[in-house]
Amino acid sequence: MSIKKVTPHPTQNEALIFERSHPGRVGYKLPKLDVEETGIDEIIPAHLRRDDDLDGVPEVSEVDLVRHFTRMSTWNYSIDLGMYPLGSCTMKYNSRLNEKVARIPGFANLHPLAPESESQGALKLIYDLQEDLAEITGLPGVSLQPAAGAHGEMTGVMIIRDALDERFGEESKERRVMLVPDSAHGTNPASANMAGFTVKTIRSTDEGLTDMEHLRELCDEGGVAGLMLTNPSTVGVFEKNIREICDTIHEVGGFVYMDGANMNALVGVSRPGDMGVDVIHLNLHKTFSTPHGGGGPGCGPCCCTEELAKFLPKPTVVKDGDTYSLDHDRPGSIGRVKAFFGNFGMMVRALAYIQTHGDTGLREATEAAVLNARYLTARLEEDFERPFAPDPMHEVIFSHKKQSRKGVHTLDIAKRLIDYGFHPMTIYFPLIVDGAMLIEPTESVGRQELDDFVDAMKSIAREAQEDPELVIGAPHTTRIGRLDEATAARKPVLRWTPDLGKQADAAS
Amino acid sequence: MRYIPNSPEERDDMLKEIGLESAEGLFRSIPADVLLGRKLDVTEPLAEPEVIAGMEALAEMNSGAKKTSFLGGGVYSHFSPTIVDNLIQRSEFFTSYTPYQPEVTQGTLQYIFEFQTLVCQLTGMEVANASMYDGSTSMAEAFLMAQRVTRRDKVLVAETVHPEYIEVASTYTKHGELEFDTVGFDADSGRIQESDLEKIDEKTAALVVQSPNFFGCIEDLEALAEKAHEKGALLVVVVTEAISFGLLKTPGNCGADIVVAEGQSFGVPMSFGGPHVGLFACRQKFVRQMPGRLSGVAYDEKGNRGFVLTLATREQHIRRDKATSNICTNQGLIALAATIYMEALGRKGLQEVAMQNAQKAAYAKKQIAGIDGYKIAFDSPVFNEFVVRGPSEAVSLLESISSENGILGGIAISRYYKNRPNDFLVCVTETNTKKEIDSLAEALASAG
Repeated sequence: MSIKKVTPHPTQNEALIFERSHPGRVGYKLPKLDVEETGIDEIIPAHLRRDDDLDGVPEVSEVDLVRHFTRMSTWNYSIDLGMYPLGSCTMKYNSRLNEKVARIPGFANLHPLAPESESQGALKLIYDLQEDLAEITGLPGVSLQPAAGAHGEMTGVMIIRDALDERFGEESKERRVMLVPDSAHGTNPASANMAGFTVKTIRSTDEGLTDMEHLRELCDEGGVAGLMLTNPSTVGVFEKNIREICDTIHEVGGFVYMDGANMNALVGVSRPGDMGVDVIHLNLHKTFSTPHGGGGPGCGPCCCTEELAKFLPKPTVVKDGDTYSLDHDRPGSIGRVKAFFGNFGMMVRALAYIQTHGDTGLREATEAAVLNARYLTARLEEDFERPFAPDPMHEVIFSHKKQSRKGVHTLDIAKRLIDYGFHPMTIYFPLIVDGAMLIEPTESVGRQELDDFVDAMKSIAREAQEDPELVIGAPHTTRIGRLDEATAARKPVLRWTPDLGKQADAAS
Repeated sequence: MRYIPNSPEERDDMLKEIGLESAEGLFRSIPADVLLGRKLDVTEPLAEPEVIAGMEALAEMNSGAKKTSFLGGGVYSHFSPTIVDNLIQRSEFFTSYTPYQPEVTQGTLQYIFEFQTLVCQLTGMEVANASMYDGSTSMAEAFLMAQRVTRRDKVLVAETVHPEYIEVASTYTKHGELEFDTVGFDADSGRIQESDLEKIDEKTAALVVQSPNFFGCIEDLEALAEKAHEKGALLVVVVTEAISFGLLKTPGNCGADIVVAEGQSFGVPMSFGGPHVGLFACRQKFVRQMPGRLSGVAYDEKGNRGFVLTLATREQHIRRDKATSNICTNQGLIALAATIYMEALGRKGLQEVAMQNAQKAAYAKKQIAGIDGYKIAFDSPVFNEFVVRGPSEAVSLLESISSENGILGGIAISRYYKNRPNDFLVCVTETNTKKEIDSLAEALASAG
């Protein structure tokens, strides 16, 4: 297979905007001030005003700016260019229709503090999406307020904390242990910590599942507030003992939190509420295809059982006849987690996604996503070690075990994939697999491209045996090579200053 | 389903190749008692024109989006150059993710670096991160950071900080042994009550103040910094109207230690409250206690300059429960919009737009102050928002000018401060024409 370049680079050296700035260039025009002017000293006295004339802020024309960003954009890989198999990130197609409807002026120009009677469409949209997510998760209480997955997690564990306080009163203070599997996302323990819990780690079995014995042991130690579980787990395997896991936690008085990062394996097939899960967050930017945007914005709805619903963040949207309103009077609520109502623009996109797929399409997408992952597994398991035997769901994990003997590690395989025209998979996560490569193709990849990916991986496996240096030196086709991250962290340069160029000269 | 490349026939072939009869086989690792076994009770699939029609109909019900508006209070109507929304729709920006692989994400890493620099320049601070969810969560994170930096457990927050921000911060901090006290405001000036600053003591981690504050009044940050620093506390400055950076003395110059702001004003649609973007900046010496991502300069073997995510040992994916924050996904694309806005307006435009806001608000203030029965509630200098005290209850007064005159005249202060029934917050930006301002004044005159 011939190597193709990832992206065209019309210019390799688009400087920072500060380095392109020329005094006197302008990139905007405002209408003339149409009110009679007041002396500025009368409005705001000089000692409260800035007097630096915004020194250092760039001066560029509109053309400069359009070229600047368009050129920089060509240095990025993206879903629209091809398969982006980042495991646990669900890099699926972002529909243009969703972008279009989110920009309808009646949504985009609506102020969050406009009267409720003048915002009925937005409130209804929130309500309708809540209803759909309740049906999809089997959990009837929904808040769309959290801004991202980790924010939804924090919301979820705070709900658990308040529910325990109510259930056990003073005794609740003795229940501050949150169980988190060793395969969990780092956000899980970090969120548990923000809710004042101490984290205890549960071991995984050699099948990549929760170790039931260890779980019971930890429960016997006492003080358990709950469990934060990703299902399918971060190695892509469904927790076959999920009912038993939930029962075990419930028996000791705790609650089960499910990380919904991997819901793309389950929509229309199986519901967390039916498994015994008490509270979950969803990532609308994963499962429901709102764009990842180079790292956000997300939207991390929190869904929970009827019992826990009163603890959801306030306000919530309620319906009375044909009228929608905000309910601020929620004495049980954990409180507000974000100003206003959440990332509304993402809710519009997610609802459009649900409507476009509909009942049959949502399941079809899940099937196609799992099928793609299983197909990749079947085609790659001879060439790469697969640490866990059970059938994977929507993502599959491999390790570098077969390649590392030749000095080729996961990082090298990932970088070499770039030369073959693909974005690398998630690497070195979860932490329980040495040299983990977590691959999630999603449903948005056709067979031809899956086969191309398989060919690339097989080719790299061959190179690792025959010409390991080629892989270790990758990527060979990008604008820049591997960057010295250690020095970057030791001597952090986090902003432009006029002498930045001189540092570059010194380094080269 | 048009978003799935493989046809049903191709999928059947693939199933056979992996030894399965049907799609059901894909889910055999799921115990039967947790399989749904029925269709989801959501709509049947809608065609593109049907989705659009449905969404248009919902949008149509938002009459508030079409009216002349003087609403502010943390979300502002500003002009956004056409290129902002156009450029963020480049596939390479909006369909990429967190720049974990720097060789194929330099576009994202470089604009984040530019964003960080611009935030530093506007706030007068030394270091800024790659963005937070919004202003409110940025402030909550600043509380936690101040606690870490000072190892003190009390925060004093001004009552004139956006009330929803205070609500968010109290949710974030309620399990972290952080004591929370408030500083009142002077009834005439609308600024911090100086006598309340005596509450700052050796246990105080930070004094938190918004400027311009929720009432629009500009605080004397230099004096407040001095008071906080005297007791070894930090000054945390909150800004909800980022356009004010173009005109007001920077918090950094006034002695602030942490600055958090809502960046929505920089070219981002109001969108019923989100997605917006949180700005977070601080002194260099605190950088290792910061939440969130940072893009920094790095060089490859040949000496080529590039950018990488750096100082990641602060973050959850490395430090887990000891991380400075649980934040992972932030507001990347909105930070890009804000970056393009700041660069398009540039050195001159950021000053001009700020000046227009101040001038138009000053004009509106004069017009309204001249109406019988109305007065300006506070006498401090303001940027583009001010509180008006009307002759009757603000809620019904505002309802009446909305239905009679088609104007959203402001936010009733009683929404947040129960003992101020007649007060309402008016915001005037560069998007409000003289004609609109005059209509507001006329409407208030006839409603009063």
